[in-house]
Amino acid sequence: MLGVPLGAFLGLVHFRGQRLAYALIYTGMGLPPVVVGLSVYILLSNNGILGPLHISWIPRLFTVPAMIIAQVIIATPLVVGYTMSAVSEVDPNLRTQVKALGATDFQITLAVLREARMGVLVALVGGLGSIISEVGSVMMVGGNIQHSTRVLTTAIMLETRQGKYDMAIGLGMVLLMLSFGINLSITLLQRKTSKP
Amino acid sequence: MTAIYELRNVRKTYGQRWALKIEEKFEIFSGEIFAIVGPSGAGKSTLLCMLNFLEYPDSGSIVFEGHPMTIADAPLELRRKVTTVFQRPALLSTSVMQNIQYGLQLRGQPDGKAAIQPLLQRLGLAELANAQARTLSGGEAQRVALARALVLQPDVLLMDEPTANLDPYNALLIEEVIREINRERRTTIVLVTHNIFQARRLAHRVGLMLNGSFVEINNNPAFFESPRDARTRAFVNGEMVY
Repeated sequence: MLGVPLGAFLGLVHFRGQRLAYALIYTGMGLPPVVVGLSVYILLSNNGILGPLHISWIPRLFTVPAMIIAQVIIATPLVVGYTMSAVSEVDPNLRTQVKALGATDFQITLAVLREARMGVLVALVGGLGSIISEVGSVMMVGGNIQHSTRVLTTAIMLETRQGKYDMAIGLGMVLLMLSFGINLSITLLQRKTSKP
Repeated sequence: MTAIYELRNVRKTYGQRWALKIEEKFEIFSGEIFAIVGPSGAGKSTLLCMLNFLEYPDSGSIVFEGHPMTIADAPLELRRKVTTVFQRPALLSTSVMQNIQYGLQLRGQPDGKAAIQPLLQRLGLAELANAQARTLSGGEAQRVALARALVLQPDVLLMDEPTANLDPYNALLIEEVIREINRERRTTIVLVTHNIFQARRLAHRVGLMLNGSFVEINNNPAFFESPRDARTRAFVNGEMVY
């Protein structure tokens, strides 16, 4: 929801400071998840920056919304970067042609996104992949609380630490299957859309 | 004759270079076929982009159907009265039919299949309606681009070298369709071409552009048979070196 429109904007619109925006996005694409976790922790902690304010819509630490914030910070630059790259590779003549056919700016953006749809899909898969395989930040801001903030990756870590390797391997297989299923669906979709 | 476009003192630069420098009043009349000839880099395509409101002049005025269009964003309803067929057709990576329907969809109009079928027949595309655009040859793609423009029934059709790189069959077919729509719908057509024979076959008036300016605008066949300017004579006789 955030990454695709932002990536389309950065890929299509020229503005002052664009290079700086690119540099920030590329830096964001390589953000260490643990650093993200630490930043969100400091932000939301009761002794941190936002925690003491006690504002109702700011999530508390060790809750699912806190984990979502960390995941969004990790995945968004990836989605933005890949979308930006996919959109800027679309033939610029197509934009001119679509405008000449009477498209509004919004319709031009939609047309370009449609042309770049495989790249956008890759962006979304990349973002999803980074989220489901991520462990450092969710552990830090979620706390790995049973029936609350425990996810597959943090559960695998816990089971391994407790020496329950069979359970850890089982959960690992589930995670792998999940990842494989998503990627297989995308590949099939890609074949379907590129079939003459 | 009513002027559909009126340009005055239109200037456009790219960096240090004049892309367009129309010193006085330049008019295009409703219902005519106006051909713009000239060497590469003369400003023909820049002018065409301005006529489609894809680019705006640095200074000067463009009046379209009586509306001043000097602001940097032309009203959509006026912009949609004009469309362009480019030399290199940029088709959407979808089917031929969906490409042709695209402009109608932008306008929130119905799919227009009833209007599209005769066009497909006329342009020899009926068998290709469900084909993917990327599988088309250059000639087929250009015919799809023309059908996509014609289905919109524009007041003005701008064509930038529409038959360059096409085989004689496709070139002839496109020329026939240009004549037909001009005759039947009174569509104003502005044709940019390097091919002076094509300009002579199709146009009511012809203008020669050099270095961003019109050197001569004259009726056909006077432009070819008794040009006023020595440069036009040289261009028509193939003696101009550029």
